[in-house]
Order: sequence, then C-alpha cells, then structure tokens
Amino acid sequence: MTVTEATPRIGRAQLTRWLQDYGVYAAVIVIVLVNIAFTANFLSIGNLRTQLVQAAPVAIVALGMAMVIGTEGVDLSVGSVMALSAALIPLYLGYGALPAIIVALLAGLLAGTFSGFLVARVGIQPIVATLALLVGGRGLALVIAGGQLRDVRDRSFLALGSADLFGIPISVLVAAVLAVIVGLVVSRTTFGRRLVAIGGNRPAAQLAGLPVTKVLIGVYAISGLLAAVAGVLYTSRLGAGDPANAGLLMELSAITAVVVGGTPLSGGRVRILGTLAGALLMQLVAATLIKNNLPNSTAQMVQAAIIVAAVWAARERGRR
Amino acid sequence: MTTTIPTQEAAAAEPQVRRQLVGSVVQRQGAVVVLVLAVAAAWFTLPRFGSADNLRDIALQSSFLAVIALGMTFVIITGGIDLSVGSVYALGGVLAAYGSQYGFVAALLLPLAVCGLIGLINGVLVARAGLAPFIVTLATLLFARGLLLALTSEGSTTYTISDEAFLALGSGTFLGLGLPVWIAVVLFGIGGLVLRSTRFGQTVFAVGGAESSATLMGLPVARTKLLVYTASGLLAGFAGALTAAYLQSGVTVIGVGTELDAIAAVVIGGTLLTGGAGTVLGTAVGVVLRSVIGNVINQIGGLDSNIQSVISGAFLLLVVVAQQLLSGRRPRRRRSAAQGSTQAPAPTAGPAPDG
Amino acid sequence: MDQPVLELVDGTKDFLGTRALDHVSFALRPGEIHALVGENGAGKSTLIKVLTGVYRPDSGELRHRGRPVSFSRPVQAQQAGISTIYQEVNLVPLRSVAGNVFLGREPRRLGLIDWRRTNELAGELLAGYGIDVDVRRPLGTLGVGTQQMVALARAVSTDAGVVIMDEPTSSLEPREVETLFAVVERLHSRGIAILYVSHRMDELYRICDRVTVLRDGKLVHTGALAEVPRIELVSMMLGRSIGEIERHGATTFSDEGHVAGAEPLLRAEGLTSTPKLSDVSVSIRPGEVVGLAGLLGSGRSETARAIVGAFPLQSGTVYLAGKPLRPTVGAAVRSGVAMLAEDRKADGIIGNLSVRENIVLAALPRLSRFGVVSRARQDRIVETFMTRLRIKASSPDQPVAELSGGNQQKVLLARWLATEPQVLLLDEPTRGIDVGAKAEVQALIDELAADGLGVLLISSDMEELVDGSDRVVVLRDGAVVDELSGDAVSADNVLAAIAAPTTGAGT
Repeated sequence: MTVTEATPRIGRAQLTRWLQDYGVYAAVIVIVLVNIAFTANFLSIGNLRTQLVQAAPVAIVALGMAMVIGTEGVDLSVGSVMALSAALIPLYLGYGALPAIIVALLAGLLAGTFSGFLVARVGIQPIVATLALLVGGRGLALVIAGGQLRDVRDRSFLALGSADLFGIPISVLVAAVLAVIVGLVVSRTTFGRRLVAIGGNRPAAQLAGLPVTKVLIGVYAISGLLAAVAGVLYTSRLGAGDPANAGLLMELSAITAVVVGGTPLSGGRVRILGTLAGALLMQLVAATLIKNNLPNSTAQMVQAAIIVAAVWAARERGRR
Repeated sequence: MTTTIPTQEAAAAEPQVRRQLVGSVVQRQGAVVVLVLAVAAAWFTLPRFGSADNLRDIALQSSFLAVIALGMTFVIITGGIDLSVGSVYALGGVLAAYGSQYGFVAALLLPLAVCGLIGLINGVLVARAGLAPFIVTLATLLFARGLLLALTSEGSTTYTISDEAFLALGSGTFLGLGLPVWIAVVLFGIGGLVLRSTRFGQTVFAVGGAESSATLMGLPVARTKLLVYTASGLLAGFAGALTAAYLQSGVTVIGVGTELDAIAAVVIGGTLLTGGAGTVLGTAVGVVLRSVIGNVINQIGGLDSNIQSVISGAFLLLVVVAQQLLSGRRPRRRRSAAQGSTQAPAPTAGPAPDG
Repeated sequence: MDQPVLELVDGTKDFLGTRALDHVSFALRPGEIHALVGENGAGKSTLIKVLTGVYRPDSGELRHRGRPVSFSRPVQAQQAGISTIYQEVNLVPLRSVAGNVFLGREPRRLGLIDWRRTNELAGELLAGYGIDVDVRRPLGTLGVGTQQMVALARAVSTDAGVVIMDEPTSSLEPREVETLFAVVERLHSRGIAILYVSHRMDELYRICDRVTVLRDGKLVHTGALAEVPRIELVSMMLGRSIGEIERHGATTFSDEGHVAGAEPLLRAEGLTSTPKLSDVSVSIRPGEVVGLAGLLGSGRSETARAIVGAFPLQSGTVYLAGKPLRPTVGAAVRSGVAMLAEDRKADGIIGNLSVRENIVLAALPRLSRFGVVSRARQDRIVETFMTRLRIKASSPDQPVAELSGGNQQKVLLARWLATEPQVLLLDEPTRGIDVGAKAEVQALIDELAADGLGVLLISSDMEELVDGSDRVVVLRDGAVVDELSGDAVSADNVLAAIAAPTTGAGT
C-alpha cells in the first residue's frame, strides 16, 4: 500500500495532542500571570509557600491516582483512606510519632491492597470496588475515632506539617521527593513499564507473560499508601485528627489533577509532571477564586467545568 | 478467532451469556428470598417491626430512593453509570422548596426543569461527546452540589414550604399508604412497561448489551443514551421534590452517598452492572430490601449512622462479588474500567483496516 | 445489460497514511451472485464498508440504482435496501432470538411491542430457513452457526435489494453451509443481488456468477467467474505469475525440509478442555516446524494457547525438555515457550506504546537489574531486531499503532525472539500483512528452525502450512485426527485428512 501525504485531519490530531500534552502547563502559566497582574502579594514568599503547601496533599494522592488510571482503573477510595489516617494517628501517637505514622501508612497500604485484590483477582470494576470503600471507609474511620475530632499535641508530629527542611516546607519536600520516585518507577522500572502496558492493552500484556494480577494489586496498594501519606500530612497541618473532613472529595481533586495533566482515562500512559502541574493548577484556581471572594459553590462549579474541559480535550487521544 | 463449531445445539451454548443471565435471574430471585427472610426474621424478633405504622413507614422511606433508582436502572442497563443523582436529588429538593413560594406548579416544575437539564447535559456529554459516564457524572455531582450551595447561601439557608397543595404530595395518603408510595408504584409500572414493551426499551438493552452491533443495526444509540441520562436527572429531581414535600423544607445536606444506595439497589435487584440485562422489578426489590435492613438497624438501636455506611459499603461489595462469581466472568477486555461499563465506541473511520 | 444496482465509481479511501482503496470501480448487477476475493489487506472489507455507509469514500462516487448516493451512516444504507452480514455476528447476545431478528422493527399493537406476534413471526421466518429454535432463548446461548443464520434471517427480512455477505461460512459446519447456500439460492431467485466475500474457492466456484479481485487496494480483475481458472485466480490474488506458483509454490519457504533433533523439545499430552479440546497431543522437536491444520473452530488456536498457559485446561500436561510446565503464561515465557497470538490488534500490540516498548515487553526481566530497566541493554536489543527483521518505522519511538500490519507483526515477532525462546508458537503469523512482509516472515521461520528452535505453525493459508511444515498435525472438532510427515505433507492429503472420517497413517 502506498503512503500518502498528510491530510488536514492530521493537523487537528496534532493540535489535540499538543493540548493534551502541554495544555496544562500553558494553563498554569496563564493563571500565574493573571494572578501576578490582579492579585496583591501573589509573588510573595509567604503566598507561594501557602500555595505549594496546600497543593502538596493533592499532588501526592494524584501521583498514586495517575498510576491507577494508567492501568485503566480508578481509585475512588483515596479520600476515605485519608480519613482512616486521621482517625488512627491520634490513637497511636501515645507510642510516638513514628509508630503512629507507620500504623497510618500500613492502614493505607492494606486498604489499597484490598482494593487491588477485588479488582485484579475477583474482577470487580474499579469504580464499584473503590466506591464501596469510599463510603464504607469513612464510616469505618469515624467508628474508629468514636466520631470525634481529636487534637494532636505531639511536637515532632506537628513539625511535619509546619516546619521547614532546607528552607522548604516538609510537605512540599515530601511531595517533590515522591514525585521523583514515582516518576522514576513509572519510566524506568519493570513494574512501571508493566503497569503502563497493562493499561494499554490488557490481553496483550497477559499473553506477554506479565504478572498482571500482582502489578495491579501493587498499583492500588501504592495508591492507598500515598493517600495515607497525604492523610498524615493533612492531620499534621490541621493539628487534629478529623476523620469527618479529612480527604473529603479528594478523589475528585486527584482525578482532576491527573486528567487535566494529560494522563488518559483509557490507560497506557502516565504523565507525572503533568499530574503535578494539574494539582498546582487546581490549587491556583481555587486560590484565585477565594482571593476574589468567590464562594465555595462557585469553586465547585468551576472545578466541575475544568474536569469536563480536560476530559473533552483528551477524548481524541483516548479513543483507540 | 477460531470458534467452536458445535455438533449439537445444547452443548454449544455460549457459557458466558448463559451464566450472565442466570446470574442476573438468580440475583433477583435471591434478593426476593433475602427480602422475605429478612422481613420474616424481623417480624418475629422485633416487636415493633410488623406494626402497620412501621410497614407504612418502610414503604414511604423506600419510595424516594425507588424513584431515583428507577432512573439509575435505565442508565446502568445501557452500560453507563450516573454518579450525580445524589447531588441532583438534593438540588431538586432545594429547588422545590424555593419554588413553592410561587405555588404548586413552580414547586414541581423548577426542580424538573433544572434537574432534567443537568441530566440532559450528562447525556450530551456521554452520548454526543463520547466522554466516560463516570467522570462526566462525577463532574456533574460537583456542579450540582455547587449550584445547591450557591442557591442556599453556601448551605445556610433552608427554604421552608408552606404551599398546602405541594405539602400534600408528601404527607397525603391514599388507602393508607403515603402518596409518594403510589407515585413510585405508578412510575415503576410505566418504567417497566417502557423497558419491556417499547422499541426504546429494546434499544436500551441493545446499547448496553452490544453497542457496536446496535450502531451497525442502525439503532439510535446516541439518542437513547441521551434520553436515559435525562430521565435519570428528571427522576432524581422529582424524588428530591417529593422529599422536600415530605420534609416540608429543602434540606441541603441530604443526598450524600445516595448514588451509591441507588446503584446498590439496582445491582442487588439483578441488573448487570456491565449492562444489557435487568428489570425494574428487581430494582424495586433491591430498594425495599435496603429500606428493611435500614429499618431493622434503627430498631435494634445503638448503631450510629457511621456503622450504617460501613454496612452499606460492605453490602454492596458483597452483592457485586456474588454477581461476579455467579457469572464466572473474567475481567472484561478492552473496556476502560475508568469509563464505568461503557463499551467501545462504534467503528467509524479508524486506523488502517486489515481486510 | 442492466444497470448496476450498486456501484462504486473510481473510489479511493485512505487511512492515516495507507491507501486502502485506490481508484476502485466496482459494479454489482441486479440478481447476480458476485464473488469478492483478495488476500487480507487487499481492501475487501474497506470496499464493503464504503458500500454500506460505514465509511465515506475520500473520492469517487457511490451509486445506487444509477443515482448517486452518499451514506453518512450505516442505517441509511440499510434503509436503501442494502443489508450486510459480517464474519462476527453483530447482534445482541443477551437478547432473545426473536428480539434480535426484529430489533428496531418489532411489530406493535397500540404503540407497545406485540411480543406474541414478534415471537410467532420470528419462528416462522427461521423455520422457513430450516432452523428450529426456541425464539425466546437468548441469542448468545446458541452456537455461532445458528447465530449467523439468525443474522441472515434478520438481514433478509428487511426487504433488501442487495445482501452483502462477508465470510459467512467461516464459522459454519458443512451442514450449515448447505443451509446457507439454500438461502442464497432463494434470495437469488427473488432477484436480490448478493456480494459474496470468501476465501474458500470451492464455495465461490459453486455459487457465484462473476468475480472481482482486489490486491493492495487496487482492482485487478472483474468478470465472469467461469472464465477464470482457479490457479489464475490465485495468481491474481497473490500477484505472482502462474509459472512461479507452479514451480515454487506461493511461499518463500525453502524447498528442503529442516533437520530436526531426535528428542522432542516440547511435548503436550492429553490437553483436554470440553468442548473445545479433547485429548490433544502434539510434540515438537528442536529444529522442526510442526504445522497445525484444521478448519476454523477445530481447536488450533486453543491448542497453542493451552500450551502456553493462556487457555484453561481440565486435564493435560505440557513437558518442556522432559519437565512439566506450570500452566501459566508467565511460567511458559520464562521457560522459553512463546506464542504469537492470532489477533495482533487485540492480543498483541500495545498500540499507544512505542516500537521499542513493545519489543522489550516480554523480555523486561532479563533487561533489568533490581527492577530497573537498563537503557543500554534495551536499546541494543531493539536495534538488533529492528535491523534483523527489517522493521520499517520512523524511529524506535514511533507508536506501534502507526505501523503497517506487516511491521506490527514483525515487532511482535521481535518481542518473542527477544525472550530467546526454545519453542515458538505462531498463530497465523502472516495474516493480513503485505506480500513482501509475508515473504520475510516465512524466510524467518525457516531461519529459526535452522537455528534449532521448535516451531508450531498455524496458518489458514494451506500453501504456507504445507510448504513451511515438516510435519502436519490435523485437528477436527478439538481432536487430533491425523498426522502427516515427510512426503505425505501435501495440500491434498491435509484436506483429505480434515474431511475424512477415518484416520490415515502418514507415510
């Protein structure tokens, strides 16, 4: 068959591809410029710190979410895992900050492993498996915490959320380090390449001899673990374990960050840098709205619109 | 793909289809059995359960979720999912309460119009833009909740209803049962008829069962999807209006997690989550079962709402796992799990063909 | 001469840089049975999709009964009286037979579907074709052959003037084929034009009046079928001269056989999985090419999948070098047994990933240390195979979905060769790829055997199977019915073994 010259259709595909790959960076730049122009003190160190610190938990959860979405799945339970962290930490701080953190992380790992098992071994759709955990998990967290918000007094634990290391807030540092690690895992390790292949074409991956079940369970476990990390940081910053509110609607924010950042829902591709940009973008959008005294309701509607716009822009690529 | 050429019809049955349908029927019949058992157990062990008042109450409480679940049934049969119904339900209630200031008609029309529009938006994005139902309705969930906050000064205003006629919708009774119950029954009757005996209903099944085949057969796939999501929005809004009439005000904090309850009821009733098969009657059984269990939990007392949500989550999980194991299906091929159960879009101009 | 009932004039269709139809002019006359032939990739299915409104031609004109038409959706073609039945049954398995026959056109009473009448009519319609089923059964519980009949009944019940049949007999038993032909005759006598696509020569010569041959997207010949002897038809399809075919056959396998080791490298024994496989045993020696022959549905792909652990078995074991192999794909690949799947798009390539990624996929463990993939080793392997197999891509980073079928197949072969297998199972390795790539793949198979690999070859191209194999195992209905080796390996003998009820000893 002869190869013909490019037709106009390819031009449009290229535009869409560019949008999906780089649109998020452009959007971040635009919103930063807008804020520099119209918001007082936007470029102050204090404000920049605040933005980054507030974006950090979403970014961390979104890292895990990006990997899950890369396998053509989704993890709706991340918010509830954060709630579990918020419930467990005050109860174990008596043994020290580190043990409490470890317990919270283990809980997240366990929850994620359970989700992964349901999806990979039993074969339940990720939406349903993690949706059930979303509702059940927060309830469980509230039961564990006795329905109460508990103050946290442990100095070393509180330092996580408030102190700096090398001049950078610890939570931002944690997010950055995790981003690098996850990025490397996805692009350079067999685990990472396998998860991408599984999302790209699962039957082909199976026939290629890839340990699909193990990889999937691993991906959901990591998502749970990262959600627990975010829960730890949130609790530290809040200074209290608040399972009723910790991570509320976090799954939406994380999914938005991932989708806006250019990772397709149909799997097969994970864009870590884009995900970070997406998290930052959503944070800046929320901050911009607040700074301009727009209420919560508007923020939610704007977020909804952004999600739809991002998925819309991605849809050409998503189709196979 | 090398397919078996059967030498006998009986031995040739494609096991997967049969198991799926059997699973669906067993599920529904199983739900009926569990319902009967639960009612029987509660009747004999809990003194207050069997009282006429309590039973009436169960019926009434079921009716609101039932209306929502009716719309969800259609959506799930087409292979999609609607996560926005909880927010749209709450929004419907607020709109009804707000509109009641202007009379009965406004109280009814406002929620129907707005919630129907939201459903329509869902439908357009799913059917025409081809976006994944799960994420579209997740976004609408957020949007509707935001709209609700905007209308109620960030959740602080609760509109009360004083319109007598409208209140009667919620508090009126007929033959001893609340009006909402009758309304739900009528809607289910219509819904069942539409599903089973109209061409639209057949198309709903076809879209969920084999979308690419449906397209090749020239069925109006996009229009059908549009209609089911619109209907889902309308019904959720209507349920909200009924609830507002019952509660006599537009409560802003309801509806959280209601989508999960609706999905659970639909699935428990035997509708396949992957689409293509299901009944309206099954959904009704699923809703009543949930209400009975909720009622029993309340009667036992001492269990707070948190435990209820844990039980909800566990219950749904149990049911879905059972459905999965009964049908003996492997994880589906080539369908984005993140897209819910939407099937691959129909073949249009694509990459170089093989033939 | 009557005016054609359906016609494409100078039609062209391109996809992402490949020209699927190249200025093709095709005419279907009323009341005729017209054969459409060509290798996979020749443009047959594209032509059909253009005729039925699934695709719009990029240039050229479509005419229906002499008037120019343009179908933007398949339903418009159907409304114009053009019905199609496809190779895969495009119905809704979860719905009843009657529901499927009348989907979208159910008889109604007072606005609601009259199920009694629907079931009644469906029953009558199918009985008229000699099909006796409970029309209320879900379609998916019937055998594929019967499902195909239902699809045909549906297509024909819509007052069609044209019926297009795309490989209608590929899933049918001989008995069902006869039924199909009877239906075709019935349609023919009603003056309906039929476009019949098939690669089965016997069928074509039996029922068709005229023939159109496509090759590489171009029209090669159109005219009365009786005037074209079979060998000429094959030569037009393949693009080889008749003399060449007669001398060497149509494949590039070497004329000599391969020298095989004595001890079997792989021994599959008693593979059973009712109803698809019953007690299938195959052995492959190093350096040997074993062909697996049989009709569609005889269990060839299932056998290959079972060997590699991708098909659940009720009993049976696979021994590699004397040791039993665990029935998982992972174990098989690690031990050196690799399978090239039949459907490369669904089960083979990961479209959005690059050529490089696709090649190294199965060999990742040996290219990495402590879980981290070594870039250097990866690049080396990719370069080696891209050169050796002559994979044509703009770069190793090009998404593999953009490659031609032949190059995609080569990428998959590279994937498996990168795992340094001892045994390679090839399921339709040259299906749907251009002639050049086909030749290269066949030569490669020879090379691999010469290197000492054991090869299992499944091919629906009889010539390829016979030329390439040292031994042929014949399957029917999931069981081994014969085994031919040496000089006994010939197309006639294989066909006879497939058809014959008794087992013959291979001499």
